[in-house]
Amino acid sequence: MSDAVSALDGRAAEPRPGLRLAECGLRGQITLRAGDLASSALVGAVEAITGVAVPEALSAGFAGDDRGAVWMAPDELLLFVPHAEVAGAVEMLEGALAGTHHMALDVSHARAVLRLEGADAAETLAKGAPLDFSEAGFPVGRARRTHLGGLAVGIWRRGPEEWELVCFRSFAHHLFAWLETSGVEGAEVGRFGV
Amino acid sequence: MLLITCPNCGADCAETELAPGGEAHLERFGPGSTDEDFAGYLFTRKNPKGVHFERWRHAFGCGKWFHAARCTVTLEVFGTYPAQVTEPPAEIVERIRARRPNWEG
Ligand SMILES: [Zn+2]
Repeated sequence: MSDAVSALDGRAAEPRPGLRLAECGLRGQITLRAGDLASSALVGAVEAITGVAVPEALSAGFAGDDRGAVWMAPDELLLFVPHAEVAGAVEMLEGALAGTHHMALDVSHARAVLRLEGADAAETLAKGAPLDFSEAGFPVGRARRTHLGGLAVGIWRRGPEEWELVCFRSFAHHLFAWLETSGVEGAEVGRFGV
Repeated sequence: MLLITCPNCGADCAETELAPGGEAHLERFGPGSTDEDFAGYLFTRKNPKGVHFERWRHAFGCGKWFHAARCTVTLEVFGTYPAQVTEPPAEIVERIRARRPNWEG
C-alpha cells in the first residue's frame, strides 16, 4: 500500500515573529450529511467517534488536536479523527445510520487543514475574508464557511489566538502562500488591539 | 455591499458570500403551456424600482437557497425567509408596508 501524504506534507512557516502557520498533516476527515443532525443515532455515533457533541449551528468542538466536529450546514458536519481511525469511523457511522437518509464519506485526502496561530492571526485572516474576526464577532468555538483569498474555506477559532482553516486539497498551496503573504513582516495593521 | 442574514444557517453574510438567483416566486410554465406563457416564464421579469423579492444562495457558506426582500433603490434588506414558499410570509409583507407605505405590492 502506498504511503499517504497530506497536501503540503506538514509545511510550516513563521511569516513574522509570533505568527505561526502550518499545514496540519494527515488528519482523518469525514463529511457527514443527514436530514436530521439531532437524531439520537447520529448524536451518539458522532460523540463516540469524535469525543464531542454535535456542534450547534456555526460552531465547532474539539477533543484534542485532531478529534472534533465542525458544523458546515443544516444537514452537514465535518468530523475529525486521527488519520488511522478514519476507515473504522466511517464504518461505525454507516452502521449507526443504516436505513436512514445519510452520507458518510472519507474526505481526508480531498482536503487540507491549515493552522494559523499568534496575536496577529485574526488580522492576517481579516485581510482576505468578509467576516468580523474580533473576539465579539468571532468568539472561540465559532465556525464559518466563507471565502478567503478567492478560495472557498472553512474557518474556526480554536483559541483566542488559534485558528484552523480547511480548503480543497488542490488549493492548499495557494492558501498557505496567501496567508504567508498576508502575515509577512511589515504588513501589520494592528486592527485587533495588537 | 449588501449585508444579508441567511435564514438557513443564521450567518450575517456579505454579498460576496452569496450567489444571486434572480426574481423570486416565478410561476413555472413547462411543456404543454402556450408560447406566450413559456416565453414570459423564461424572459419577462418585473425589474422594479423599489421593493423586490429575490432568490439567493449562500454559495460560500452553508450552500442553501433562500428568499430575500429588498429595495433595489436603497439596497435596504427588509428580511429573508425560507426557499420553500411560493409567496413572501405575512411578517415580511408587513415590514415592507411599514417601511414603504405607498408600496403597491
Ligand atoms: Zn447559510
